[in-house]
Amino acid sequence: MAEPLGDTTVDRAIDRSRMTVGSEEAIRIAAMNKWYGSFHVLRDINMTVFRGERIVVCGPSGSGKSTLIRCINRLEEHQSGRITVDGTELTSDLKNIDRVRSDVGMVFQHFNLFPHLTILENCTLAPIWVRKVPRREAEETAMHFLAKVKIPEQAQKYPGQLSGGQQQRVAIARSLCMKPKIMLFDEPTSALDPEMIKEVLDTMIALAEEGMTMLVVTHEMGFARQVANRVIFMDQGQIVEQNEPGPFFSHPQSERTKLFLSQILRDH
Amino acid sequence: MEESRFVRTEMLAPQAPPLGEIGWIRWLRDNLFSSWLNGALTLLAGAAVVWLAAGIGPWFANAVWNAGSLAECREILAGAEGACFAVIHDRWLQLLFGFYPDTLYWRPTLAFLLLFVALAPALFPAVPRRLLWFTAVYPGLAYLLLWGGTIWGPLVALAGVPVGVAAFLALRPALPLLAPAAGLVAPVLWWLLAAGPVAGLLAAALPWGLAPVGSAKFGGFMLSIIIGITGIAVSLPLGILLALGRKSDLFLVKTICVGFIEFIRGVPLITLLFTASLLLNYFLPPGTDFDIILRVVIMVTLFAAAYMAEVIRGGLAAIPRGQYEAADSLGLDYWKAMRLIVLPQALKVAIPGIVNTFIGLFKDTTLVVFIGLLDPIGLSTAIRANTDWNGIYWELFLFIGAMFFVFCFLMSRYSMHLERRLKTDHR
Repeated sequence: MAEPLGDTTVDRAIDRSRMTVGSEEAIRIAAMNKWYGSFHVLRDINMTVFRGERIVVCGPSGSGKSTLIRCINRLEEHQSGRITVDGTELTSDLKNIDRVRSDVGMVFQHFNLFPHLTILENCTLAPIWVRKVPRREAEETAMHFLAKVKIPEQAQKYPGQLSGGQQQRVAIARSLCMKPKIMLFDEPTSALDPEMIKEVLDTMIALAEEGMTMLVVTHEMGFARQVANRVIFMDQGQIVEQNEPGPFFSHPQSERTKLFLSQILRDH
Repeated sequence: MEESRFVRTEMLAPQAPPLGEIGWIRWLRDNLFSSWLNGALTLLAGAAVVWLAAGIGPWFANAVWNAGSLAECREILAGAEGACFAVIHDRWLQLLFGFYPDTLYWRPTLAFLLLFVALAPALFPAVPRRLLWFTAVYPGLAYLLLWGGTIWGPLVALAGVPVGVAAFLALRPALPLLAPAAGLVAPVLWWLLAAGPVAGLLAAALPWGLAPVGSAKFGGFMLSIIIGITGIAVSLPLGILLALGRKSDLFLVKTICVGFIEFIRGVPLITLLFTASLLLNYFLPPGTDFDIILRVVIMVTLFAAAYMAEVIRGGLAAIPRGQYEAADSLGLDYWKAMRLIVLPQALKVAIPGIVNTFIGLFKDTTLVVFIGLLDPIGLSTAIRANTDWNGIYWELFLFIGAMFFVFCFLMSRYSMHLERRLKTDHR
C-alpha cells in the first residue's frame, strides 16, 4: 500500500500511557442540521465525543467538515437539532456561548494571531480579560505553554516576525492558556510549508499524549493513523463512515470512502 | 586547460569608490541630472523658482512692521513694493482672542497651555499614564477658564461621567448588551434635567468662581481652537460608536446609525450651522438660553462624526474575518473583542482618514463667520472695517493661513509618527 498524502512520519515513539478514552461525554450532537440560505450544508449529524478522544475528521472539500467543528463553538449557528458541549447546550443564549467558547480551544488554518499584540500578549489577553487571571500569573502560564510548544524565546516578538509553523504553535499555546477541556483544529497544517507541518504535528501529538480531547479536521492521514482513536469521513454534509484508524484505512466500507482514500493515495 | 584552474594567493584590500559615485556629486546626478531631459527640466524649474522669488522677495524684504495705518505704511514705502505687516503687529492680539477682555488674556492662554498637558498622556506613551486624570478633568477646567462663572457648572457637568459609569455598572449584571447604551443615556439625562438646578443650588450656597465672559466676546483663533478641539475630541468616540452601530446586527441600532450618517453627510455644514444659529431657538422651550458656541460645537461635532464613522467603517472592513473569529473563539464578548482586538487594528488602518477628517473639521471652523461668530476670517473683515486698515487683504490672510497651516501640519506630522509607532505587522 502506498503512503497516504501528507503522511508526515513522527520519528519518536508515541507515549500512549495517558491517551485513554473516558466514559464521560464531552460533546453530543443530536439530529443537527444546518443550511446556508437554501443550501443544506450539514445533514442529520449525530455524534458523541467522549473525554480523551482524538478524532480526525476528513473528507473532500465542501463536505462540511470545517462547518461541523465550527458549529461546536458556535462560530456557525445550527438551525435544528441539539449540540451539547461539556453539559451546556448551545442556544442563542450569549452567556452559554461565551462559557463554551472559553472552555473549547480552537486552532485555525490561517492561525489568526492578533498582529498588533506581541506573542506574549496574544497568549495572556483572554486569560486576563475573560478568566480575570492576574497579569503576572497569566504571563507565567503563557511562558509555560510557549516553552511547551518550544518557542519561549519569541515571546516579545510580533506574529508578523514569525514563520508560519511558529505562528501556528503560538496559536496552539494561546488556546492552551485558557486551560480548555476540548481542542478543535480546523485544518491546522493546510497553510504550511512541508517542513513546518512536522513541527506543528509534533506539538499536536504532545498534546494528545497528555490526554487532551481533540477534534481535528485534517488531510494528514499519517497523524490520523498514529494518534486518532477514531476517523470520521464526511461527504455532502453527512457522516459517511467512522471507524478506528486501522480498519478505516485498510478496509473502508463505503464506496465514497474508498474513492476518497484511493484519490489521496494516488496523488502522493 | 590552464584557465580553468585558479587559486587566489593574496586577498585584495578594499579600495575607495570612484569619485563620481559618492557624496553630493552622486546625489546631483541621481536626483537632478539623471538624463538630458531631466537636466533640462531641473534648470527650467530652478529658473522658475528664482523668477518667483525675485517677484515675491521684495514684497517681504520691504515689509513695514511699525505703522498706525495703511496710509502710514504707504508713506513709509514711498511707492516701493512692500507688505504692510504693521496690521498684524497692531491687531495680532485681536486675531488671537477676538474681543475677549484684555485684562483676562491669561485665562485662554493658560487654558491653551494646559491643553498640551492634557493631550500629552493621550498622545505619547512615554508620558506617565497617571496624568490621564488631568486629561479627564481638563474639559471642565478649560470651560471655567474661558467662560468664567461659578466653579459648580463644570463640576456638576463632570459629575455626568460617574453617573454614566454607575448606570453602566448597575445594569451590567442583568443586561450586559444594554449596559453601554445606558452608560451613554444616563449622563445625557443628568445634563438635561438635573445639572442645571443642582449647579444653581450649589452656586447660591458657595459662590466661588471667576469673572464671567460671554460667548459674544469670543473670537479669533481662540474660537477656532475651541470649536476645533472639542469637535475633534468628541467626534472620534461618536464616530466609532456610529461605525459599530452601522455594522450591528440589531436592526433598530443599524437603521438609526445609517439614517444619522446619511442625513448629516447629505447636508452642507453651513446649513447645519444656520440651523444651530436660527432654527434651534424655535424648537427649544422659550426662555432656554442655549449658548451659541455650544450649539455650533454640537453641529460641527455631529457633522465630523458622520464622516468619521465612514472612515472608521473603512478601517473595520480591512480587518479579516479571522480576527473576529479568533476573538470569539477565545470567549471574548462583543465589547471586549471590539476594544481589544478589532478597534486597535481598525483605527490604525484608518489613521490617515481620521486625521484627514480632523484637519478638515479644524479648517471648517472658519465657516462660523456666516452665522456672525468672529473667527479669524470674520475678524479680518472687522479689522478692514476700520478706516485705518481699509483695503488690506494679503497680509491678514497670509497670517491667518500661516496659523492654520501650523496646526494642521502638526496634526499631520503626529499622525505619521503614530503610524510608524504602531507598525507591528512587519508587512
